Amino acid sequence: MSFLGLFLMVFLVIHLGINLCLLRNDGGRWFTDAATFMQTNYVIKVFEVVLFAGFILHILIGIILQIHNWMSRPVRYKISNQTTTPFLSKYMIYTGGIVLIFLILHMMNFYFIKLGWVDNPISARDNGEPDFYQIARLLFAQPAYSIAYIVLITVLGFHLYHAFQSAFQTLGLDHKKYTPFIQGFGKVYSILIPLGFICIPVYFLFFFI
Amino acid sequence: MDLTLKIWRQKDAKSKGKFVTYHVKDISPTCSFLEMLDILNEQLIQKNEEPVTFDHDCREGICGMCSLYINGRPHGPDDAITTCQLHMRKFKDGDTIVIEPWRARPFPVIKDLMVDRSAFDKIIQEGGYISVNTGAFTEANSILISKEDADLSMDAAACIGCGACVAACKNASAMLFVGAKISHLAMLPQGAPEAKRRVLKMVAKMDELGFGNCTNTYACEAECPKLIKRSNIARLNRQFLTAKVS
Ligand code: FES
Repeated sequence: MSFLGLFLMVFLVIHLGINLCLLRNDGGRWFTDAATFMQTNYVIKVFEVVLFAGFILHILIGIILQIHNWMSRPVRYKISNQTTTPFLSKYMIYTGGIVLIFLILHMMNFYFIKLGWVDNPISARDNGEPDFYQIARLLFAQPAYSIAYIVLITVLGFHLYHAFQSAFQTLGLDHKKYTPFIQGFGKVYSILIPLGFICIPVYFLFFFI
Repeated sequence: MDLTLKIWRQKDAKSKGKFVTYHVKDISPTCSFLEMLDILNEQLIQKNEEPVTFDHDCREGICGMCSLYINGRPHGPDDAITTCQLHMRKFKDGDTIVIEPWRARPFPVIKDLMVDRSAFDKIIQEGGYISVNTGAFTEANSILISKEDADLSMDAAACIGCGACVAACKNASAMLFVGAKISHLAMLPQGAPEAKRRVLKMVAKMDELGFGNCTNTYACEAECPKLIKRSNIARLNRQFLTAKVS
């Protein structure tokens, strides 16, 4: 769970890096180049399979563990727990569930088009391949879509906020000196990554000309 | 002070329990929580009613027998204490106090507020000990132990096995308890030879008994009357992973 989570967090950084290419007002050249590289490089193709396996395992193990955890207390308390604990840590299954819904919608808007499972709304002029830059631009130009995207990415941030230090604790990587750094880094990561993603709809809504 | 108590009553392990409301009057704020329950039981006995069953022994915070989930917190509304160390000054006149037993699948209710915590003993039986030949004492200074390790081991050994960690955890996980038991032995040279077998067997038993999994919410650490730290859980995880791969 923790190991897969950390792996997915590395992927998020790469994904964000490519997405940020959208911010260049060059008709999508940078973004398309980056996306083409990701689609054609063989190492990355292998990585893609590993990534999917990572997602599926993380989700499946998460659900199985959660069911087991619910079953560990068949009779619930009348007064719910009043102990002071980190708020977001208690709702990982729910924030995770919302991120999963986001993931499915996101795949329908982008990845499934590539696979041909969903109709391609816009083709690039030269080769008839889907033009993801234009798809992204048109989607983010709709305020409702952008707002939903921002809300869902924020929930992803909530998930990450607990996840980062939690993964290290589960792997037993605890140290007098380094744990405070990991905790701080995790907080910064879980704020910066969602902010990075949120920049893109904000750009297309307000600054794109 | 006058109080309303809502207490879980359950005739035996098989019966269906329910909350029953009681009123107690003129309770002194200096009275301990268990003494307040003694006063209630006195009243019940005088009325020829069945007294409320609850666990207790030392009444000074060292045995871990007292339990009670009071107004949503194991050991009640104070930090780093057991229920027997809780005093009525923590409540206000006219308060309603809801008292429940520990709730977890491996801790079934025996009667009223008393639960069976022998699941903890079963985990200890799997490896919470060191095997030594009896005989003459060895000279204490022949095995040198650093002060840091000795302190960490002693901190972990402070665990009294009350089960508040399980009661507080949203997953009813026993990781803090097992982490403490693993740590207090594994930090010392005498515990090292059996460390690998110990961690594997104790974790397997914990899972088999139906405790939940740790999701690092740290309610256990917040409610532990002996302030056992989460780093003991990390040490358990570390030892478990290395034992698995080695
Ligand atoms: S009765 Fe012994 S710790 Fe409370």
